[in-house]
Amino acid sequence: MKASSPALEIAEYSHGYHFPDESVFRTRIGLDESVVNAISERKGEPEWMRRYRLRALGAFRKKSMPSWGADLSSIDFDALCYYARPQEAQSRSWEDVPASIKETFERIGIPEAERKFLAGVGAQYDSEMVYHSIKEDLSKLGVIFTDPETALREHPDLVRRYFGTVIPYLDNKFAALNSAVWSGGSFVYVPKGVRVDVPLQAYFRINARSFGQFERTLIIADEGSFVHYIEGCTAPIYATESLHSAVVEIIALPGSRVRYTTIQNWSSDVYNLVTKRAAVHRDAVVEWVDGNIGSKRTMKYPSVYLIGEGARGEILSIAFAGKGQEQDTGGKAVHAASHTSSVITAKSISKSGGIASYRGLVKVNEGLRDVRSRVVCDALLLDGDSRTNTYPVMEIESDQVSIEHEARVSRIGEDQLFYLMSRGMSEAEASFMIVSGFLDPLVKQLPMEYAVELNRLIELEMEGSVG
Amino acid sequence: MASNLAVRGLEAGIGEKGILLGVDLDIRAGEIHALMGPNGSGKSTLASVLMGSPTYELRGGTVTLDGEDVLALSPSDRALRGLFLAFQYPVEIPGVTVGKFLKRAIELRSGGGGMSVSAYIKELREAMDFMGMDQAFINRYLNQGFSGGEKKRMEVLQMLMLKPSIAILDETDSGLDIDALKVVADGVNRLRGEGFGALVITHYRRILERIVPDFVHVMYRGRIVLSGGRELVEKLEEKGYDWIREQYGIEEEADEGVVASA
Repeated sequence: MKASSPALEIAEYSHGYHFPDESVFRTRIGLDESVVNAISERKGEPEWMRRYRLRALGAFRKKSMPSWGADLSSIDFDALCYYARPQEAQSRSWEDVPASIKETFERIGIPEAERKFLAGVGAQYDSEMVYHSIKEDLSKLGVIFTDPETALREHPDLVRRYFGTVIPYLDNKFAALNSAVWSGGSFVYVPKGVRVDVPLQAYFRINARSFGQFERTLIIADEGSFVHYIEGCTAPIYATESLHSAVVEIIALPGSRVRYTTIQNWSSDVYNLVTKRAAVHRDAVVEWVDGNIGSKRTMKYPSVYLIGEGARGEILSIAFAGKGQEQDTGGKAVHAASHTSSVITAKSISKSGGIASYRGLVKVNEGLRDVRSRVVCDALLLDGDSRTNTYPVMEIESDQVSIEHEARVSRIGEDQLFYLMSRGMSEAEASFMIVSGFLDPLVKQLPMEYAVELNRLIELEMEGSVG
Repeated sequence: MASNLAVRGLEAGIGEKGILLGVDLDIRAGEIHALMGPNGSGKSTLASVLMGSPTYELRGGTVTLDGEDVLALSPSDRALRGLFLAFQYPVEIPGVTVGKFLKRAIELRSGGGGMSVSAYIKELREAMDFMGMDQAFINRYLNQGFSGGEKKRMEVLQMLMLKPSIAILDETDSGLDIDALKVVADGVNRLRGEGFGALVITHYRRILERIVPDFVHVMYRGRIVLSGGRELVEKLEEKGYDWIREQYGIEEEADEGVVASA
């Protein structure tokens, strides 16, 4: 009566539907100066941005692929389309959104999300915002929540002052690529002392086949302000590989607090290679909550650069690696000022041969005092085929620091399954209960509707379990 | 209907090693059975095998509950038919609260309908009071960070809430102080009656002074070698297990490592 180990299988990707591609403008396949110029021209950008893009393209060509992390060898940059625009003008209201796009949104629940008191909905369909609404009270407070193209037109000084300052295009190959061909994303500015009590939410979605999505998000929290930005992603399933390479920059000015929550559920053919970084000034706080489910390969390490005294950074990372998937995730905390603290908590689940790796950096510059950092990595393996790796790097150049690191790997226990089953649960339900329990401390940090969605996604991933 | 658990010639082991070498036992609802015997005699293995533990391999024999083949059922299906095991070493389930877990278990036990949330909370609170457990346990993760005594109380609490027809208590009294022992015994006695049968596995007489058994069995080297009434408890207390070995002519093997219970 040896119990079969839970042979969990990937459930069919439930968001894997797509509608006929109605893009009205798209650049040719492949990438060169003319493509970059075409994107910039199409957007009617100022000259400085066009030049910035071209310099970034040069950097992209010179930079080599990362020699570490997930296997990216099957990305063919020459076979991708770098820009597609679904329709001419940005829609102002829900009624103006074309029916097929609306249907897609309805299936992922956007109107419902809006009903749930969300302050603004910025939904990205391919490269452009097609639907974007902001509640009036936010505008009255002076909060800007728009796409970066509009921001470039309407708030050129703010954009020019901060764009690319946290993640320069020279940072890495994919940041350079994004800087050259970026399109869409979010721009958020919260004025001094303003607290945005309801989360700002954007929904991202890739629809065009083999289309790389390069959204660009820039969040500036002015002194003493607070904002919670939420980004969720679902993508339809395709046989050919898609590339998603975003850049997210946060500037948390003195005394501000920014919380950034992502739940990503890319379909299993997407390369998800994202650079996310926050500059955290004096007495400011930045919290990243980063959940990665789906995709073929993810490489993502939200970072906090603690550049002012009293700055604090917190990174919560959740990864679920299923069959054929590799989640290479974690976080980086760079302490560049005294009296700073950071906490990195990473939880990963691997099943059906999936690989989940924690990759992290804690760096403390020379001569700093009173620096604290704590890193906790927990990995849960659901079967013998799955793997987990931990690559924690510590570069500590000061001795007045307190650094803690804990790493644990556990296997879903036969004894745990037996215990729950002896109380009437099927093997599948018992497995799901153990997995959701493992994630519970992190899920509790999410807003209610996201906690529900994450649980539902995990449940879908766990479907097909032997019952 | 009064349940009837019938064990016939049950054999089980791990790898080369045989642990249960032919166990015969009948437990009917309404009866309390005590199972005693030295360490290593197979008492806990019997408890685990009856509940369907994947740790042991079945080698032979039958187990039926009201005529239905129990050994063909998953642990879940055994639970749904009214079997319950109070674990000797309850497992920690991080991230799953006692309240959430128990509510689901009750839903399943009652065939999906369950009870209203308010009725559930009311019953749970009452049962926790009865077991001398702080209400704060409702929101704690199941068994995580519980003391040994708290884990045992939690097992009995689950039993009270799930109302099994046949419960097996695997050394639930071990390691308990006298107060905890009393509430554990009170818990079992509370269910005692027409619709409830139990197998109380123990090394100690003191629990059997509080849960007075109708039948007492002694297990030795994988078999039940002696069954009788409550007077057997006295006799074991007085004479230890050597007496059984001598009395019933069991051959001693040098390598068996069986020790008489303290």
